[in-house]
Amino acid sequence: MENTTIIDNLYKEFGRDIFEVDTATDILTVTVASPVSHEVIRFLKENPLLRFNFLTTLCGIHYPDRGLPLGVVYHLHNLTDNNRIRIKTFITTTTPNLPSVTDLFFAANWMERETYDFYGIIFEGHPNLKRILNVDYMDYFPMRKEYPLEDQTRKDKDDRYFGR
Amino acid sequence: MPEQPPYTTLNLGPTHPATHGIFQNVLTMDGETIIDTQQTIGYIHRAFEKIAEHRSYYQITTLTDRMNYCSAPINNIGWHMTVEKLLGIKTTKRIDYLRIILMELARITDHLICNSVIGVDSGALTGFIYVFQEREKIYEIYEEISGARLTTNMGRIGGFERDINPAAVQKIRDLIKRLPAILKEFEKLLMRNRIFMDRTIGVGPISAERALNYGFTGPNLRAAGVDFDVRVMTPYSSYNDFEFTIPVGTNGDTYDRFCVRQEELWQSLKLVSDALENLPEGKYYVDVPQFYLPPKEEVYSKMEALIWHFKIVMGEIDVPVGEVYHSVEGSNGELGFYLVSDGGRTPYRLHFRRPCFIYYQALPEMIRGGVLSDAILTMSSMNVIAGELDA
Repeated sequence: MENTTIIDNLYKEFGRDIFEVDTATDILTVTVASPVSHEVIRFLKENPLLRFNFLTTLCGIHYPDRGLPLGVVYHLHNLTDNNRIRIKTFITTTTPNLPSVTDLFFAANWMERETYDFYGIIFEGHPNLKRILNVDYMDYFPMRKEYPLEDQTRKDKDDRYFGR
Repeated sequence: MPEQPPYTTLNLGPTHPATHGIFQNVLTMDGETIIDTQQTIGYIHRAFEKIAEHRSYYQITTLTDRMNYCSAPINNIGWHMTVEKLLGIKTTKRIDYLRIILMELARITDHLICNSVIGVDSGALTGFIYVFQEREKIYEIYEEISGARLTTNMGRIGGFERDINPAAVQKIRDLIKRLPAILKEFEKLLMRNRIFMDRTIGVGPISAERALNYGFTGPNLRAAGVDFDVRVMTPYSSYNDFEFTIPVGTNGDTYDRFCVRQEELWQSLKLVSDALENLPEGKYYVDVPQFYLPPKEEVYSKMEALIWHFKIVMGEIDVPVGEVYHSVEGSNGELGFYLVSDGGRTPYRLHFRRPCFIYYQALPEMIRGGVLSDAILTMSSMNVIAGELDA
């Protein structure tokens, strides 16, 4: 299946909610508006032509300088035709809410919990959205860029010498 | 009489000897039958994805070692290939074939452990002790190649740190000669063993459809009857030069998973043998001085090598802006690296697709309604590696 087929079908269905399409680097990457992210993934999965029936992975990303800083990146795979697609969607830090895709893929359950754990993205409709790898009483989201790797109260190291 | 029977809560783990790793299952039991389980993971979470954002590319190789430590070379090489994909480096056939040899050896060690542990959990310790010796021999091959055994830190971006030496070649040849007899004996011990078959057939089954929905990959998915293998679907490292079969099961139960792994052992052995016989002459690294860490002898004797060494180690080299997803067929599934680079010395974001993190969540469904001793078998047949689970 050609990339153009996928892009045409997505544009036909979602039109202006498709923000950006990138075919130049790596696999086909489509950035979509956050309210339709769930619908886009459902469309990709259930459309008899596209058949992206396998959720390879799902992860968060944080660009603190952008207008919509928090992002979720979905990698879908069509196992029949061996096509891969990457779906990105971005949201604000103040309302980090996205519809959950656990109703489409069971696999999304822990992946979304991990993304919540790391970035604090709230997946609406998730059956059990709580931290998975970190302790429950943690009060911050460690993968956000504002949280430094090391304890900043340490005085025995000069970061200038470590290129940080 | 209460409406609900008085269930027992049983803590399996976090340090239970039969779970082969640190993860907890809080089981709700009705006598010997499992009603439900609550999984808790994260006991050895080391924040690899966060650390990776602060480390240069070579320092990340050592992080990948510690994910699936039963087959560290696959992780190392998978990571190096991801970086090569980002940089657009094309490797030579010799590098590709050497990588295939090492990755398949790693697959052999992993499958040997996993399958023999299924034996242990069903009460047959003999096979485990027997094949562990061969795993040891393969670790000796790693030692010849990289100097390390468990966390190998093998290879470089753009090839290998040194060429394969005659001692390593000899050890691989010895292994190819010796292993078939041992595998046959191991199979004789378990494969048609009445007790083993009774204990594993129909235990912890999952249908192909549900396995796909749960994101299964690797031998576990193939045992359910889906012939998905990254080595064939998106061939990397010249896997398309070789002929090998992908074994597929039917029921997705513990016995099928065992059999699929057992057949993969034979296929891996064949791949190692074919790659070694057809190993082309040529260089064991490609000419990318900005990224290939030069050999130590040259660093001490050549000005240019010293400069590159310094620049690479001190993180003076910027990696181009880009975004790639690369996956390899790890020993327990599709091991993926999603790398976002903003042009600095470290990744902007690095996400590891860890196969067992994704498929382990199907465990409650697979063990529900079964007995406790079967749950242990199901768990070990899924090949869950705690290091990879928690990353």
